[in-house]
Amino acid sequence: MSTTDETPDVVSHSTSSELSSPTGHNEENRPTAEELREMTAEERMLAGAAVDGVYVVHRRERFPIRGTKAEKRAERGVAACFIIAALAGVAFIVCFCALPWHWHLPGTPQNFRFYTPALGGLFAILMLFMGIGLVLWAKWLMPEEEVVQDRHDIASSEEDKLMTEATLAVGLADTGLPRRSMILRSLGLAGGAFATVPLIALIGGMIKKPGDQLFHTLYRRNKKMFPGTDGRVPLVYSDWRQVSPDDLQPGSIATVFPGVRQDDENGFNGLTSASSPVIVIRLRPGQVVHARKGQAGFGWPATNPEYVAFSKICTHAGCPASLYEQQTTRLLCPCHQSQFEVLEDAKPVFGPATRSLPKLPLDVVAGSDGRQYFVARDDFDEAIGPGFWERP
Amino acid sequence: MTTTQPRRDNKPRTPQGKAAAWGDERLRVAGPLRNQLNKVFPDHWSFMMGEIALYSFIILLLTGTYLTFFFDPSMAETIYPKNGTYVPMRGIEMSQAYKSTLDITFDVRGGLVIRQIHHWAALLFLAAMLIHMFRVFFTGAFRKPRELNWLIGLGLIGLGIVEGFAGYSLPDDLLSGTGLRIADAIMKSIPIVGSWVSFTVFGGPFPGHLIIGRLYIVHVLLIPGILLALIGAHLALLVRQKHTEFPAPGHTEHTVSGERIFPTYAAKAGGFFFIVFAACSALGGLAQINPVWLFGPYEPRAVSSGSQPDWYMMFLDGSTRLFPSWEIRLWGYDLPPLFWPTVVLPGILFTLAGAYPFIEAKMTKDRAIHHLLQRPRDVPVRTSLGVMAITFYLVLFLSGGNDLIAKAFDISLNAMTWGGRIALLILPPIAYTLAYRVCLGLQRHDREVLEHGLETGIIKVLPTGEFIEVHQPLGPTDHHGHGTLSYSGTPVPKRMGELGAMSPIKHVRGFLWPVKEKPEIQAALDEYEEQERAALESHSSDQHELTD
Repeated sequence: MSTTDETPDVVSHSTSSELSSPTGHNEENRPTAEELREMTAEERMLAGAAVDGVYVVHRRERFPIRGTKAEKRAERGVAACFIIAALAGVAFIVCFCALPWHWHLPGTPQNFRFYTPALGGLFAILMLFMGIGLVLWAKWLMPEEEVVQDRHDIASSEEDKLMTEATLAVGLADTGLPRRSMILRSLGLAGGAFATVPLIALIGGMIKKPGDQLFHTLYRRNKKMFPGTDGRVPLVYSDWRQVSPDDLQPGSIATVFPGVRQDDENGFNGLTSASSPVIVIRLRPGQVVHARKGQAGFGWPATNPEYVAFSKICTHAGCPASLYEQQTTRLLCPCHQSQFEVLEDAKPVFGPATRSLPKLPLDVVAGSDGRQYFVARDDFDEAIGPGFWERP
Repeated sequence: MTTTQPRRDNKPRTPQGKAAAWGDERLRVAGPLRNQLNKVFPDHWSFMMGEIALYSFIILLLTGTYLTFFFDPSMAETIYPKNGTYVPMRGIEMSQAYKSTLDITFDVRGGLVIRQIHHWAALLFLAAMLIHMFRVFFTGAFRKPRELNWLIGLGLIGLGIVEGFAGYSLPDDLLSGTGLRIADAIMKSIPIVGSWVSFTVFGGPFPGHLIIGRLYIVHVLLIPGILLALIGAHLALLVRQKHTEFPAPGHTEHTVSGERIFPTYAAKAGGFFFIVFAACSALGGLAQINPVWLFGPYEPRAVSSGSQPDWYMMFLDGSTRLFPSWEIRLWGYDLPPLFWPTVVLPGILFTLAGAYPFIEAKMTKDRAIHHLLQRPRDVPVRTSLGVMAITFYLVLFLSGGNDLIAKAFDISLNAMTWGGRIALLILPPIAYTLAYRVCLGLQRHDREVLEHGLETGIIKVLPTGEFIEVHQPLGPTDHHGHGTLSYSGTPVPKRMGELGAMSPIKHVRGFLWPVKEKPEIQAALDEYEEQERAALESHSSDQHELTD
């Protein structure tokens, strides 16, 4: 390896550099079959490349003298890569079949933990050495080449352009479209219909009317289902237990749902409907909520409320605003960090949210066991969740 | 291999020759096939980014097909069996989609490793595409005639993001469900049609019972089909227009130089495919990703803190976190704050990126065809614009994880948000200015070396007592001793070693003891080396005659 040239015109000093040169397209001096048969395979290869506009300007065997120790070492190196790959394959199959792989509870033998790393690692070794072997084969043993290929300028020849343009122009004239405007326009109509119909058919099949579904939730009064409470929906936990004021310590919160067990028209009940989750907060003594306009009596008791309930669905992007900071009385949404001040009736005080969390009007009824249980006096007085165009 | 035996007829004699004749008599491929085998690929490390993207896409197709054999894209409610393998989930209600993902993880032998390879390959696919795009941008490879391929590439990135989002939403776990809920809010934020779009996509109010099935067919058929077609078009254009290459001695606008596809390049590229697959496989085996069994099934009431999407969605998450709480009310209608950072911002980013080649051509009035690349330093405005865009993107990206940063470094979350808002406005212009200065400085240094030569590190004392450093000119000099070579867009050597001066010492080969060749081989080697040295000497004396 002693070529150090950087200059363009310098080709190699090796044996076969004279065979071809980048002198332009060679279509004319295409050798005949007879001439090709007289050539060696390498000469024929170079002749074929030249016909394709590909010129081998430098070509040199990596080991010009055959049988040196360096060459044998290179060959052994490449073969070693492939052998390692093959062995990793064998090891993979053995591990795949023999290693324990069933998950076990912590505290019991955890040897299944090695299964995935072993498979991934061995597969990686198999392919890594396969890849390295191939690359080294090319770099160490295949002849080094510097090859130049004509780009053939992208734009077509003038003749081609003239003839193709004429073909298009005459073809268009043959259809008569430029002067038959009636056909052109009616075809445009038909084409428009053809483009629209599948779209309408697809969208039409999928489209669902939002109607007023975004404006009400399952907390809406339902006299048929809850005649005992005058239609007011009871609040329940995720296991359908009813929520009682006594359940909550001062300063604590609970996630509650409307106690509607029957599926609505969309197939969701009180627990599974995405608009259901509500946070009930029991304030600490001395904490006073400054109610928004029109929501003064929404807490419980209606005057000097100790309990307030807000929709858990963030008014920004709909994540559950789950984190309640007892000290700062803020509700935080972990998705985009909107923060709502509970004592300001869940007004957004930081982050991207713009609207307060809707407030659920609370009331209590006496249960059959004599305890008091929460019900929703009515639905929210505004749409819950993220904003949308029609929202008043 | 070279055979000296001339061929006298065209009758195939070997089995492979007979097979070739069989094919050629039916398909007539000898000409076109040779043409393709001889196609020349330039060799530069920065060209491998696109290859990584292509190979990771192939890995995604292979592993993704495997996963479809086990995955059930159904939102039907089911209960994880009482004797299920993963004990913590026993008796818990979940969708079929989530359960079948648990089954792939715990009950299919080797299923977890394939699922993780699939996920890692997806991350790699998008990362490689993005970095490939940076390479194309900073070297000016998007210029005429390659604007079309720039646009196709941009489409691939956009679709890749949607494909990734659809894919990680499929397991119906708590994290991805939260992502879908945000996607629902983004749809609702679109003016006028928002709530209709949301109801149409989800088939009713969020979450509906259809979305996983719809995302599934989008993820395994629709988008992969389009991706495949676009990748085909991307590569077809590449073959048609041929590669760009960096300016170098012998490189012209009319030729492309490198190695032929067969056999050298095929071996290297094929090997590189296996190496990329090995990287994905090692990650899939050793680095846990998206452990959905720890997140639990999706429930609208639940969320966990530190909910980060896959990295390619993070910039949107960040923009959403940073955007101020501005809601616009128009004649009793509502334009939610979510609309700007999640619909308008990506729209602007993709439009700007798509328009960039045309804007640059218009501004520079450059209508020429370019096959030779530019060094980023030589086009300071473009380079600085790119650095500015990357800075903007990085601020958004980091803000997507600002809660994690706040936690790790014990910083106030609100300070992180405000820091991000301010950084988004002031860092990009600063980055532009810095990049511009760096480009000019690098340009100047290139010129300086061309004019004054390389620093040799040899200090000389002149008779006057002055100390000077000896400089090695790169080429011929004028009578002031200044170099006469002009800058031509190629790297300028900056260290003596890069001049390629041969060491005069003949190294002894061998690690522990010298390698001893057989005498006849040693004689042949000596003779060969002697020939080469003679050729080199005669060549350099030719050079001297030319330059003097």
